[in-house]
Amino acid sequence: MLAAERLKLQNIVKQYPGCRANDGVQLTVTAGEIHALLGENGAGKSTLMKIIYGVIQPDEGSLTWNGRPLVLQGPAHARELGIGMVFQHFSLFETLTVAENIALSLPAAQARNRSRLDARIREVSAHYGMALEPRRYVNTLSIGERQRVEIVRCLIQESSLLILDEPTSVLTPQEVEVLFRTLRQLSSEGCSILFISHKLQEVRDLCHRATVLRQGKVTGECRPAEVSTDEIARMMVGNDTPLSTQVSPAEPGETLLSLNELSYISRDPFGTSLDKINMQLRAGEIVGIAGVAGNGQDELLRALSGEVRVVDSSLQLGGVAIGRRDAAQRRRLGIAVVPEERLGRGAVPAMSLAENTLLTAYDRDLVKRGLLKGGKIREYATRIRELFGVRCSGIDSPAASLSGGNLQKFIIGREALQQPRLLVASHPTWGVDVGSAVAIHEALVALRDQGAAVLLISEDLDELYQLCNRMGAICSGHLSPLVPTAELSIERLGQWMAGDFPKDAAESDNKGPAHAIA
Amino acid sequence: MDTLLITNIMAATVIAGTPLLLAALGELVCERSGVLNLGQEGMMLMGAVIGFIAAVTSGSLTVGVVAAIVAGILMSMLFALMAITLAANQYAAGLALTIFGTGLSAFIGSGHVGRSITGFPKIAIPYLSDIPVIGKVLFHQDLLVYLSLLLFVLVFVFLRYSRGGLIVRAIGESPEAANANGMRVLTVRYLAVAFGGAMAGLAGAYLSLAYTPMWTENMTSGRGWIALALVVFATWKPERVLLGAYLFGAASILHLVLQGLGWRSSTELLAMLPYLVTIVVLVLLSWNPARTQLNTPLSIGQPYRPSK
Amino acid sequence: MLSLERRATDSRTMQWASPLLALVLTVITALGLFMALGKDPVEGLKFFFLIPLSDAHGWAELGLKMAPLLLCAAGLTICYRAKLWNIGAEGHFLMGALWASVVALQLSEHSGFWVLPAVLLGGALAGALWAWIAAVLKTHFHCNEILTTIMLNYIALNLLLYSVHGPLKDPMGFGFPQSEMFAAAALLPKLIPDTRLHIGLLFALLAAVVVGVLFTRTFIGFQLKVLGQDNRAAAFAGFGARRLTWLAFLLAGAMAGLAGASEVSGPIGQLVPQVSPGYGYTAIIVVFLGRMQALGIVLASALLALTFMGGEMLQIAMNLPRAITGLFQGLLLFYLLTCDAFIHYRLRLRSPAPNKAQVA
Repeated sequence: MLAAERLKLQNIVKQYPGCRANDGVQLTVTAGEIHALLGENGAGKSTLMKIIYGVIQPDEGSLTWNGRPLVLQGPAHARELGIGMVFQHFSLFETLTVAENIALSLPAAQARNRSRLDARIREVSAHYGMALEPRRYVNTLSIGERQRVEIVRCLIQESSLLILDEPTSVLTPQEVEVLFRTLRQLSSEGCSILFISHKLQEVRDLCHRATVLRQGKVTGECRPAEVSTDEIARMMVGNDTPLSTQVSPAEPGETLLSLNELSYISRDPFGTSLDKINMQLRAGEIVGIAGVAGNGQDELLRALSGEVRVVDSSLQLGGVAIGRRDAAQRRRLGIAVVPEERLGRGAVPAMSLAENTLLTAYDRDLVKRGLLKGGKIREYATRIRELFGVRCSGIDSPAASLSGGNLQKFIIGREALQQPRLLVASHPTWGVDVGSAVAIHEALVALRDQGAAVLLISEDLDELYQLCNRMGAICSGHLSPLVPTAELSIERLGQWMAGDFPKDAAESDNKGPAHAIA
Repeated sequence: MDTLLITNIMAATVIAGTPLLLAALGELVCERSGVLNLGQEGMMLMGAVIGFIAAVTSGSLTVGVVAAIVAGILMSMLFALMAITLAANQYAAGLALTIFGTGLSAFIGSGHVGRSITGFPKIAIPYLSDIPVIGKVLFHQDLLVYLSLLLFVLVFVFLRYSRGGLIVRAIGESPEAANANGMRVLTVRYLAVAFGGAMAGLAGAYLSLAYTPMWTENMTSGRGWIALALVVFATWKPERVLLGAYLFGAASILHLVLQGLGWRSSTELLAMLPYLVTIVVLVLLSWNPARTQLNTPLSIGQPYRPSK
Repeated sequence: MLSLERRATDSRTMQWASPLLALVLTVITALGLFMALGKDPVEGLKFFFLIPLSDAHGWAELGLKMAPLLLCAAGLTICYRAKLWNIGAEGHFLMGALWASVVALQLSEHSGFWVLPAVLLGGALAGALWAWIAAVLKTHFHCNEILTTIMLNYIALNLLLYSVHGPLKDPMGFGFPQSEMFAAAALLPKLIPDTRLHIGLLFALLAAVVVGVLFTRTFIGFQLKVLGQDNRAAAFAGFGARRLTWLAFLLAGAMAGLAGASEVSGPIGQLVPQVSPGYGYTAIIVVFLGRMQALGIVLASALLALTFMGGEMLQIAMNLPRAITGLFQGLLLFYLLTCDAFIHYRLRLRSPAPNKAQVA
């Protein structure tokens, strides 16, 4: 028996200045189906999703809801019809409570009786195994809990179509399992789920059918369980892009960077403090730190880059204490940093690539007696562009005009060309297209082979497993032991990401495979 | 010091603090929605001059007050057009409003400089005004003082308990999330700015129709700026605005008090007191940035461009 | 219906056309205002723009009024490009005037070429120090600089008034609040003889050149620009925000203080309460109108100097209130900000039904 069509999109077109985000997209989701929407970053998934949720209007095409034509007048209208959205970067208000957040998305009449709403929240959340306390302030919740609030919010509105945008990127492997259980339960109750992701293995585990987008067009439809990840990946990126890079084994040299009981009390009320971090990094290796966002990664990055200062001896480079040195001094010592935010920290959006080169490479003979050497700056920028394949309309184009992948290639190139002794990269391929991600991985490996030490902080476990010879996790400002990748199972890593490791291990570092892992 | 002197000082404090209270309450709501309006001086001066002229021409103080409120709203709408619709730099737009309002009010009022009228009389509330000390301070004031206290209560209840207040706070924290939730960010911000304008106009009317019932150029003497500092001082909470307004009111009449106590000093030096106090208070409160960070409406001062 | 649509890239033409467009709109409004007041609009424009410049004397006056505006604006430009909203130019100016006067009066018995530099230096240092207070309050106490500098403006004004009514009052001045006249050694030499124009204009032009070079050629200028555009990137790059903030404020204070010193040792020759008709505030408009660029602020300061002169002329010739100057200046800034929006947006005519999604 054919399942009823819940949502049908036909020939959806959305044009932005300079870019056709959606180009004749077709999509059908049936009742109770878990349907994946796949595509790499920039393929048009977000735009399509905003159209389905009523945030923006398509320029052409039609939507059909339960067999009837649909013209959405906005998110409130979509919610009334039963379309619920769980955002990737949550749309919750941190300074309000769980109940207040949910109340805001309900029509005024339903939200008036606060105690009744509280009871409903408790009831619905418990039913799906995601217990929530309505009176808690959202800024006290963990990321996994915040996602629950987003989901429960949709469930209270009795959604019959739940849209999830990259829901697993912020979860530990165990939390992902809990989420999938909930989604399967919802699916069996007749709720349709639109699951947007670029994680192919998860899609194969969870989804019934999948639609693949590339550059705004549908390039394929399939049943993920019956198809290999490579075939799906081909549909996502076309045939000429390499899918991954081959990484040769590392040959680590002597210890370059050591963190000794590094601690930092965050002055930001919403930040995470670092607690007695111990770590050794050797030349010629890539060490990875996994972790869900908000567990101290940014603070660790700042402690290393010099944006914050720590106890002098707690951070040593080549045996020299550098904890109290500032960012400029550390750069001079050979520490290069690639921060998580490309635009608005790694590069100034309105400035040109040439100017952005000057942002960190100023010691490379680009400034003399306080005056800028325009020619040298341009030369350097051009070299970055050529060596790292940065696609742009010239080195005078503003950083904001580059795609995520190209800007990231530029930033990595800028740092790599300075031949650093240590490179710290945070989420370097987040939001980056596959081709650029491969180029960035190759650049990191090349740096490693030149003898630099590379520290890779990332949420992308595939990336970490592929590139790193040693790995660990950070949770609530504590660092887990670092063990060789080959000996670290994903379940173990998941536990460590959730904080399940000894916090005051005397020796939290293993250099070789000789140590037995408990 | 005898009770009479204390009572008089406290009563004068309330009077001096009222224009600050009114302007600051308005700016509080505006800033809670994420919009920073530096144009207080301009709006207050326009309220003062229009209110004065309207009262003089019509013979009615009420007409004057209403006209002042309308003037304040209209001025704030100019700011709203630039800061909200055109998403211009909010600081520059607010400064423009101040400079324009100062110039326009001086221009409009040039024919009325020095004229005076009978301002709002004090009205004693029966029974309550007989209570010793408090009675004279709180219940023997003019109509606009009572209005200011009523408005304080309304703003307090609105922000904390009403759905409208919840929406304003949500938008102030994150207009992007609010938009994604279907809230009409621009409309709410326009309303918040308009409320701020109305209150600033009312504050100006208080100055020219009650405090010193006359018109002179620049008669606000920086009160608009002090009101802005007051909102920061109060960490965006209405109850602290009330406290702060009277505190600053006290500072501004301090020189009268000191002179009354026989303290000999130059008028100009004593006139510096409110401004010095403002700086000191700002320092004490901003010292620990975490405190301000926790309470500042997160999106304040940033232009918001909805994606279509 | 009309709607605003974001441009893909900012319009270069509008960046330069916007100030001109704003000027045109202000002039049109002025015409309307004159008519509404029952005055001849063409006469009004003539008296405002043309008559003041009708003779050499007029041009000298333009230079005279332009100098303090340009000096203040140059200093403010350094701050504003780093997004340090220093509203305190008026206060730095007044403190400069005050302390220059103090030095001049102390040295009234002396003559020699070093007297004048000492007077000017006194003014510049006083302005720099006054600005430095606000800088410290910002960097070490996290106080919002808009509020602190405005409060400091009022305090500076009161200090000036106090001085001129008290300690510095001329005992032979018939009780008027003014200081003694300065000795000749403390006065600025004239640029053009038989006019009031003095070498203060040269200081101002030099300041504009300094600002121009600072932001196009120097590393410090680059750091200031980064701080203004993206303070997280500045922290990331290791450009010390505290150091840069102090530098910007000190320079702004010194320039505005020098302007104040030049005013009292130039055209006025003594300290009086009305030493500034609001130069510090008008300088803010100059900065925005001049697009925060060296050449732009030179032109803008000339234009706004003209508005001061035009306002005076309208008062004398057409009996209009003096406040008309402030009105036009405020209007100019308003129009400028509105026109600036069109650098980022364009107007579009949209059909009433934005959603073309049809029945399936």
